[in-house]
Amino acid sequence: MMPPEEPGQEPWPQDPALHTPGHERIYDESAGPMVRPYVMTSGRIEPVHGKFDLITLVVAAGPEPEGPIGLGPEHLSIIRLCQQVMSVAELTGHLDLPVATVRVLLGDLLGKGLVTMQEPEPEADMHDIRLYKAVIDGLRAL
Amino acid sequence: MVSGRSDSGGGRRDGRARRMPTAVKIVIAGGFGVGKTTMVGTVSETRPLRTEEILTDESVGVDDVSGVERKTTTTVAMDFGRLTFRDDYVLYLFGTPGQERFWFMWDEVSLGALGAVVLADTRRLSDCFPSVDYFERRGTPFIVAVNCFEGARQYDLAEIQQALNLGPKVPVMLCDARRLDSCKQVLIDLVLHAMKSRGLPALEPQGA
Ligand SMILES: Nc1nc2c(ncn2[C@@H]2O[C@H](COP(=O)(O)OP(=O)(O)OP(=O)(O)O)[C@@H](O)[C@H]2O)c(=O)[nH]1
Ligand SMILES: [Mg+2]
Repeated sequence: MMPPEEPGQEPWPQDPALHTPGHERIYDESAGPMVRPYVMTSGRIEPVHGKFDLITLVVAAGPEPEGPIGLGPEHLSIIRLCQQVMSVAELTGHLDLPVATVRVLLGDLLGKGLVTMQEPEPEADMHDIRLYKAVIDGLRAL
Repeated sequence: MVSGRSDSGGGRRDGRARRMPTAVKIVIAGGFGVGKTTMVGTVSETRPLRTEEILTDESVGVDDVSGVERKTTTTVAMDFGRLTFRDDYVLYLFGTPGQERFWFMWDEVSLGALGAVVLADTRRLSDCFPSVDYFERRGTPFIVAVNCFEGARQYDLAEIQQALNLGPKVPVMLCDARRLDSCKQVLIDLVLHAMKSRGLPALEPQGA
């Protein structure tokens, strides 16, 4: 499959979240894609807290903690990225980790009160005419 | 929080929570190479990202020699882009893999979706059957956007409607996934169609 990025021109503004000092790709290609994610989550495949849809929005409850408080580097990367509101899908894209892994890590952070989340309400919101108006206005203004 | 003052740490937390926008998603589906990634990229305000799900297939069985269970894993990737509207709505566009064996991914991405665009290529019209079937069965509002590839025979939209066995209420339109104005129109038509399918009143027409 083709990567979404086309080489050459970059019509999109750089995402500031990607340029936070210290943020680098934490995904180690040489370790193989199947091993690392499970190591990060200590083998867990389901989050302990919360249910995370791909478009669940997450925001850090505060700045990145300074001392180690039982968090791995991936947890800290999530807190760093979540200084702005970000969806679960975006986190997986920026961290280059599988969705399931990000869910487990987010569950840990939610349990510690380090992130708050806003889950989309499936179907219910879909009868809110303001939502449609906002989306149509936004699309027309593109 | 140790602080007793409500406007310190805790207040900030509330402030952040209140500013959370509403997330909305639209699915871009269709067969292999039909232009899903292109459409996501054309509309997205940020560089499209890719999210991955790892599938473990345990049905492969047990290795005869070692007796160790052998698992095969497949990675399913999905492209997505983002559009922010007025700070209070964020629209995510997900380009889903067209293969039927990735149903679980479709379920996840279609749940709570505003609607879906099924991209079709007239040279391989049947490639979009699984997507059409899926959204029909699920009751997700969708429209069919026919990508005009060079060298493809030009079809009548009514002909395509018939070939796909679509109900008369499913809009079919031409599009060019590489062009913003075309993608915009497709998405606007989808949103209008979704409103109608959900029984919402039509918006007043707006002058161009
Ligand atoms: N002529 C024409 N070409 C297009 C259009 N949309 C996409 N293409 C080209 O078709 C090719 C495939 O497009 P992609 O966007 O990668 O298709 P896809 O559906 O994401 O493909 P897979 O993810 O591999 O299934 C690219 O070379 C695009 O430039 C279109 O509207 N018109
Ligand atoms: Mg693609």
